[in-house]
Amino acid sequence: MNSALKNRLSLIACKIRQGVIEGTFHAKSGHPGGSLSISDLMAYLYFVEMNVDPENPRDNNRDRLVLSKGHAAPALYAALALKGYFDFDELKTLRALNSRLQGHPNMNDTPGVDMSTGSLGQGISAAVGMALAAKKTGAPFRVYAVLGDGELQEGQVWEAAMFAAHNELDNLVALIDFNNLQIDGNVTEICSVCPIADKFAAFGWYTIEMDGHDFEQMEEAFAAARLVKGMPVAIVMNTIKGKGVSFMEDVGAWHGSAPNAEQYEKAMEELKAQEMRLEVQ
Amino acid sequence: MTEKIATRDAYGNTLIELGKKYDNLFVLDADLAKATKTESFKKAFPDRFIDCGIAEANMMGIAAGLASAGNIVFASSFAMFAAGRAFDQVRNSIGYPHLNVKIGATHAGLSVGEDGATHQCNEDIALMRTIPGMTIINPADAVEAQLAVEAAAKTEGPFYLRFGRLAVPVIYEDKYDFQIGKGVVLADGSDVTLIATGLMVARALAAREALMEQGISARVVNIHTIKPLDNELVARCAAETGAIVTAEEHSIIGGLGSAVTEAVCQSCPVPVLRVGVEDTFGRSGPALAVLEAYGLTAERIVEKAKLAIEMKK
Repeated sequence: MNSALKNRLSLIACKIRQGVIEGTFHAKSGHPGGSLSISDLMAYLYFVEMNVDPENPRDNNRDRLVLSKGHAAPALYAALALKGYFDFDELKTLRALNSRLQGHPNMNDTPGVDMSTGSLGQGISAAVGMALAAKKTGAPFRVYAVLGDGELQEGQVWEAAMFAAHNELDNLVALIDFNNLQIDGNVTEICSVCPIADKFAAFGWYTIEMDGHDFEQMEEAFAAARLVKGMPVAIVMNTIKGKGVSFMEDVGAWHGSAPNAEQYEKAMEELKAQEMRLEVQ
Repeated sequence: MTEKIATRDAYGNTLIELGKKYDNLFVLDADLAKATKTESFKKAFPDRFIDCGIAEANMMGIAAGLASAGNIVFASSFAMFAAGRAFDQVRNSIGYPHLNVKIGATHAGLSVGEDGATHQCNEDIALMRTIPGMTIINPADAVEAQLAVEAAAKTEGPFYLRFGRLAVPVIYEDKYDFQIGKGVVLADGSDVTLIATGLMVARALAAREALMEQGISARVVNIHTIKPLDNELVARCAAETGAIVTAEEHSIIGGLGSAVTEAVCQSCPVPVLRVGVEDTFGRSGPALAVLEAYGLTAERIVEKAKLAIEMKK
């Protein structure tokens, strides 16, 4: 990856993080931790990997993203806003009454949202259905499903995993945000889902493990995923919950609570400083 | 003797016709293709039949994903698993995004028979009624089942189609002008209205005959679409006959009886008595014997009709 692209993606991810903080601060609720852990991924997907056009959000040949961990909606919304689906300022309406930005994504409210999600374990099945539709109709699109690590405790995920492998859906990529924190504590202490890659491999998936905050590894992983034939791909991303905001990093309490005014100022100050540094590079 | 056909047979046969008509129509099943009668579709259109295995929750999600890409999707299982086990998936992945998925739920109600309470779903209509935008159709016979499946296929949005395992009398001689959301007055009467759905429609017609012999004039209305309910027809029957008896192969809680009661309370309050499964689970036995044991009979409709007429005074 050339340094210009890497710098551009870092800048986009930094702005996505600002959108996450703006949204959850104005909503006085929401899920910043798991949104920040997938911000780098959202930047890569929407600005490099996926074939999408904000002018034609319902084009049947577009690639699809299903945010199966729907509570990370603030990161998705911020990525969509930066991509041009709607105004960045609208992120401040997150979770407000009559806003298009519902607490969890709704495909009929928000341009660019491909599936309504929020009840964990369900998005992956819908993504499998989309990938199957492409296979059955010869459509060229690819489908990306983003799952939480705690979400893997839902049995439906493994129903979907079994089906996707059985039907050889090589146009499907599941991205697992392995930050090892769920609401009640560490995933590995509550009810461990590890080893994640081995489980998917046993279900018949091609698996890749990578650092979910490293764009070079992301580039390699997605390139490798495109070469896989006859099986779906699971990419286990090792991430840090709350990544990018110093006092939120790896702190479980930021799963589902919003920053107050003071924390908001501090977080934005950090992110603005990051942005400045990236812009001068 | 009246011909008897199970509504699930009509479902399976109609899917084949629809498969010829719509090349974007898919049928999903969860390892029950022989019982739900989707197996014939599988033979006719193997590329558009998907067996999801014994995983109903995942099947509903796959149906949603397929529908989101512009397809008409029929997802089939027993009522217990389609509406019961997969309720969250039907609500959140199909109902909330209002996707074009038709749930073909067979083996509804007590007439499952020998398999017993775990498989006799008397709660599905109640569950599905609470999902905004869900159309619910419970056809009375094989002719109506065909019309319902055809109507669902050409109407955008989520549907819950309820079919039975048991072969039931064919009421309609031929196809008629079936309209979603419109009840059908099958026989007129002035003392009481018998509002029935599914296999209880034939029993309501038999009850009308028995009442006639006792000098009582009963109107019989077939409500195939439980949601949206034909409120206008229900209100008119309440006003014109002054008493109503509902009859359904479903719990008296949350089904047709509840829907009619709620409608009448808001338009023209009159006595409404409900024939259905009381607040209890079913049990094993031959289907007809089970129906009789739980009071899903013409005789019970007659009793309730006379009581309802008494209450008018």
